[in-house]
Amino acid sequence: MSDQTRKPRPKKEEEASEASETTSTEEKDEELEDLLDEIDEVLEVNAEDFVRGFVQKGGE
Amino acid sequence: MAIPKICGIETEYGISVRGSVDFNPILTSSLLINAYAKPAFRRVRWDYEEENPLRDARGFERSQPDVVAEDESGLVNIILPNGSRYYVDHAHPEYSSPECSNARDAVIWDKAGERILEESVAAAMPLLREGERVFIYKNNSDGKGNSYGTHENYLVNRQTPFPQLVKHLTPFFVTRQVFTGAGKVGAENGAEDVDYQISQRADFFEVEVGLETTFKRPIINTRDEPHADPEQYRRLHVIVGDANMAELSTYLKIGTTALVLRMIEDDFISEELSLAQPVRSMRTVSHDPGCRATLELSDGREMTAIEMQWEYLKLGKKYAQDNETDTGTSEVLERWEAVLEALEADPMSLATQLDWVAKLKLLEAYRERDGLAWDHSKLKLIDLQYHDVQRGKGLYWKLAEAGKIERLVLEEEIAFAIDHPPEDTRAYFRGECLRRFSDSIVAASWDALIFDSGDEPLRKVPTMEPARGTKAHVQALLDASPDVSSLLANLSS
Repeated sequence: MSDQTRKPRPKKEEEASEASETTSTEEKDEELEDLLDEIDEVLEVNAEDFVRGFVQKGGE
Repeated sequence: MAIPKICGIETEYGISVRGSVDFNPILTSSLLINAYAKPAFRRVRWDYEEENPLRDARGFERSQPDVVAEDESGLVNIILPNGSRYYVDHAHPEYSSPECSNARDAVIWDKAGERILEESVAAAMPLLREGERVFIYKNNSDGKGNSYGTHENYLVNRQTPFPQLVKHLTPFFVTRQVFTGAGKVGAENGAEDVDYQISQRADFFEVEVGLETTFKRPIINTRDEPHADPEQYRRLHVIVGDANMAELSTYLKIGTTALVLRMIEDDFISEELSLAQPVRSMRTVSHDPGCRATLELSDGREMTAIEMQWEYLKLGKKYAQDNETDTGTSEVLERWEAVLEALEADPMSLATQLDWVAKLKLLEAYRERDGLAWDHSKLKLIDLQYHDVQRGKGLYWKLAEAGKIERLVLEEEIAFAIDHPPEDTRAYFRGECLRRFSDSIVAASWDALIFDSGDEPLRKVPTMEPARGTKAHVQALLDASPDVSSLLANLSS
């Protein structure tokens, strides 16, 4: 069956030491937080009104 | 017998003007296109003569349309030098990409379309009234039950029986959502409530096969309008897809579908994968971001969408070993396999590759940071703004700029594609003629150009063969033609 075509599942990062895993997770969290802060600055203000005001005529 | 999968993507963009008391989407779409187009391209009109949107692939033609076609003749409708058509369709600006020969090119010219819309916004802004701002979204739904389409088109051998296409494509289309979906907060059109779903479009599909595109939408659309020699070709008009921002989503959407079509043309698929309830299964797949739900097959088996995609992948790999395929098919197969493996292990691991996962990860991050419930309007705003084509505003672009989304094509390639056609389809001839002789072209369409050389009657040059008119075929002839009279003379000789 389809199993023939499958490569072995990639092992989760169990080999990685716990310490380095924690550091990389923290770094990633920080990166994501920075990105959210950046996105906050471009997000349209008054989300509720903005979303409500977006009404399209059907197309196609 | 399988034929090269020349393809293109048409996208209707969402449009909105803020700060306006009387926003008219048709007028604003026209304003946008006119603001973008150079006067030389604005005067070449689209030639409707060969269009028959009511001809059905099942062999009949509808005499009385269910919907009265809008009078489109007065609407803006132009051809760009990259071979694309840029026009007002219903109440949306639409970009129909030029014909491409492979998935990677389809991504490049699709991205060029986004840039054309982005430039149009910039060009239109000074023409708006004070306080007005125009927004363009590459998505498919307003979240209030109104949907607009992103249609793929593939050249298909006319000899392939249409029922074979229906049979093998339906399960494929239902299950490919796991990598083609653009993601959506909530449900619409009477679908069961859900926090987040994989596809923008799934809620809008109500029948299995049909001609309609604006209501009772079918999984397989039967519009039979080849824009090419009708004896030899069909143009399969695929309406189930989402508009994708992520390049890998578009790439896999086109690449895998092209390969499946080749297999159908060569009668290569013997596996029985028909679904018991295709329409219901569309929603089941879309409403299951965990990708674990099973679908019932006609023969009683139960399979997940991913398992069904493995079946198509397995066939595709076998097929590609012994048969001619389109450029880049081995890369398509590799990426397809890697994505299925990752989806199986942990869908969230694809947050840097697929639209629906990237969007979901962003939404989850906001939910966690701000403690937002799924019905919070901020999440709906994020869903919408992900698709804003203005790179300073669009959240997809924020992710891409931060390196959170994998890019497949180069910025230089996109920039080139804004003003240049693909070189290996008839789009090359169309685009190059537009670039070189736009003053002498009175009209154009997918399958013809009409020239006015000034000293003889108008001349129609048909382009009924999508694989001809390539750079290899016509560049020397174009270079040897300083003006239209010499071009027409050279074409005749």
